[in-house]
Amino acid sequence: MLTVVVILLAVVAAIFGLLLGYSAIRFKVEGNPVVDQIDALLPQTQCGQCTYPGCRPYAEAMANGEAEINQCPPGGEATIAALADLLNVEVLPLNAEHGEAKETKTIVFIDEQTCIGCTLCIQACPVDAILGAAKQMHTIISSECTGCDLCIPPCPVDCIHIIPVEQNLNNWKSPLPNGGHSAPRAG
Amino acid sequence: MESTTAKHFHGGLHLDYHKEISSQSAIAACKPQQRYVIPLQQHIGAAGKVIVEKGQRVLKGQMLATTKKLISAPVHSPVSGTVIEIGKHAVAHPSGMEADCIIIENDFQDEWLERNPVGDNYHQMNSHDLRNIVRNAGIVGLGGAVFPTAIKQTEININTLIINGIECEPYITCDDRLMQERAREILSGADIIGHIIKARECIIAIEDNKPEAAAAIQAAIDEDETDFFQLQIIPTLYPSGSEKQLITLITGKEVPMNGLPADIDVLCQNVGTAYAIHQAVFKDEPLISRIVTFTGEGITQPQNLEVPIGTYIADCVEQCGGYSKDAYCMIMGGPMMGYSINSDQIPIVKACNCVLVSSSDEIQPANTEAHMPCIRCGRCVEVCPSKLLPQQLYWYSSTANFERAAEYHLFDCIECGCCTYVCPSQIPLVQYYRSAKSEIWALQADRKKSDAARARHEAREHRLLLQKQEREERLRKKKEALNRKKGKTEENELDAKKAAIAEALARVKKKKETQDIAPKNTENLTADQERQIREADQRRQHSQDQDDSAGK
Repeated sequence: MLTVVVILLAVVAAIFGLLLGYSAIRFKVEGNPVVDQIDALLPQTQCGQCTYPGCRPYAEAMANGEAEINQCPPGGEATIAALADLLNVEVLPLNAEHGEAKETKTIVFIDEQTCIGCTLCIQACPVDAILGAAKQMHTIISSECTGCDLCIPPCPVDCIHIIPVEQNLNNWKSPLPNGGHSAPRAG
Repeated sequence: MESTTAKHFHGGLHLDYHKEISSQSAIAACKPQQRYVIPLQQHIGAAGKVIVEKGQRVLKGQMLATTKKLISAPVHSPVSGTVIEIGKHAVAHPSGMEADCIIIENDFQDEWLERNPVGDNYHQMNSHDLRNIVRNAGIVGLGGAVFPTAIKQTEININTLIINGIECEPYITCDDRLMQERAREILSGADIIGHIIKARECIIAIEDNKPEAAAAIQAAIDEDETDFFQLQIIPTLYPSGSEKQLITLITGKEVPMNGLPADIDVLCQNVGTAYAIHQAVFKDEPLISRIVTFTGEGITQPQNLEVPIGTYIADCVEQCGGYSKDAYCMIMGGPMMGYSINSDQIPIVKACNCVLVSSSDEIQPANTEAHMPCIRCGRCVEVCPSKLLPQQLYWYSSTANFERAAEYHLFDCIECGCCTYVCPSQIPLVQYYRSAKSEIWALQADRKKSDAARARHEAREHRLLLQKQEREERLRKKKEALNRKKGKTEENELDAKKAAIAEALARVKKKKETQDIAPKNTENLTADQERQIREADQRRQHSQDQDDSAGK
């Protein structure tokens, strides 16, 4: 009787072992899914203010526990809150070492009179939002500019300026009535 | 008048309508004015691109701006005259912001662009061509939502066409007067829509507080020989004029969430829209004017005017006898869903059905002071026609908990204002919902933009990687080629050296061989010859010795 039970259990264990082994191969998850989830919350400005060379490397660092959640100035409080929610950690104030959150959203603008067509800004732009060629005037594709300002330091003639994103009827936000609560975000 | 429907929707309110203020006099034409301001975007969707130039003379009905984008509508010149400016101008919008406009100086010639009306031939035309006429005429939903009409009519084989003559919002009477005075044209427009969407029946819905309009429509229906049209009287209840609520009232079915009326085989259009379509087909007139109600105690002679699009509100009010001494607050639209504007130097647009100038005790201006807290009385829930939970929506909207607000179907809110109206704490609820909606739209736009940025960044990284690999590959190949070449020359050099060495060796060997062989002519010499050799040797020796001593 005992042998039967032992054999039976061994057979069952073998079946499950095979099943698990098969699923480990068949349903193998490529990459770390948490990285994708974190990356989806980051603003994708690719500005590098977090000290990582882009949003995804920062997301990977956070997933590995190497970076804090408060290193992203463009994302600001909303991103920190969302990250804290996702990673189930305490909300931290934005680390001032990495810069301050901008009051309003900005993009950059190339003064085309001054531009000498050196292409340095094109090489610096992380999202290919600058159009131009050597010795040809450059211009910003404003709809693609993330406002990371990475193109400003390389410019030898300081022809790139920061301008606020234009407010129009289509992106106007209906205001909260006076006297309304304005809690930043409830968790 | 008996109402002929037994169906009803949830909630709703009985309000004081004040329609008699403006409904008594006939529609008057607005006097021609010096200047017209035409905003490029008067509809939901993309703004048109300007196709005229500053200084250009335009004719009445000429297209000023258009785009090939699907959800859009062109705008036309309401008069003949000159384009004097293309740029920013104040427009009717709750933000009070400026928008792109075309400003036209009237030349008072009233010269029309050449018109080729289709007329009764529309019966032979297909849906696609008729829809194009509607689109090119710049017709949008004139009930207030200003959605491009041609897009709404893309679905065909819709069973029921509903022509909305409800006009449930207080004070507004433009549709009422239109139905009273131009019932035949409305039916004609409805017939055209019916032809486009191949509808089997057309129901014209009117509230029971507009008996004259209902009588006029009934008279027009009686003239019609087909049994396509049918009049339905709806009990007066706000907001029965809202598309979804009206469809429920008439068909007993609900438009599915995130769905369209077409999903339940219905298309709903406003009477004003039907009239505009009639004008486009029978007169080839684009939408360059609309009926607007000027009403309220703040206006001396409240009435309905047929106003060319782009006329300043101030000019219209002047024609209505100007402001009375009680004028206090100006509202664009009705008291329930309208918004206050603080200037009359803004143009009438396609969306504008009413300008309400109220006295201070007529309408309480929107509560801008701090309101009382929500006491959870639930009266907002009772009146909500969309069966939402307004107090929950308020809670989530006011604390910026947008995900939860969206989960509680914030986007099904039609902003009718019933909840705000009944709230004992006077909470401006709709304002909270509008704010939350625009915040969510902004978040969605941000998300979209960051997704695009991620894609572009990844594409760039990929491209840079490919370039790097390509460069490395090229370098490697070059190096290889160089090495091969170098190797070859070395080999050649080696061969040459070897050959030289071999040659030298051969020479030496040969030399050696030649040295070993004694000259053959020295054998068998005569004594005389031997003596000559000796003498020569001695001479050579002698000269060598001399050379040696001289060298020393």
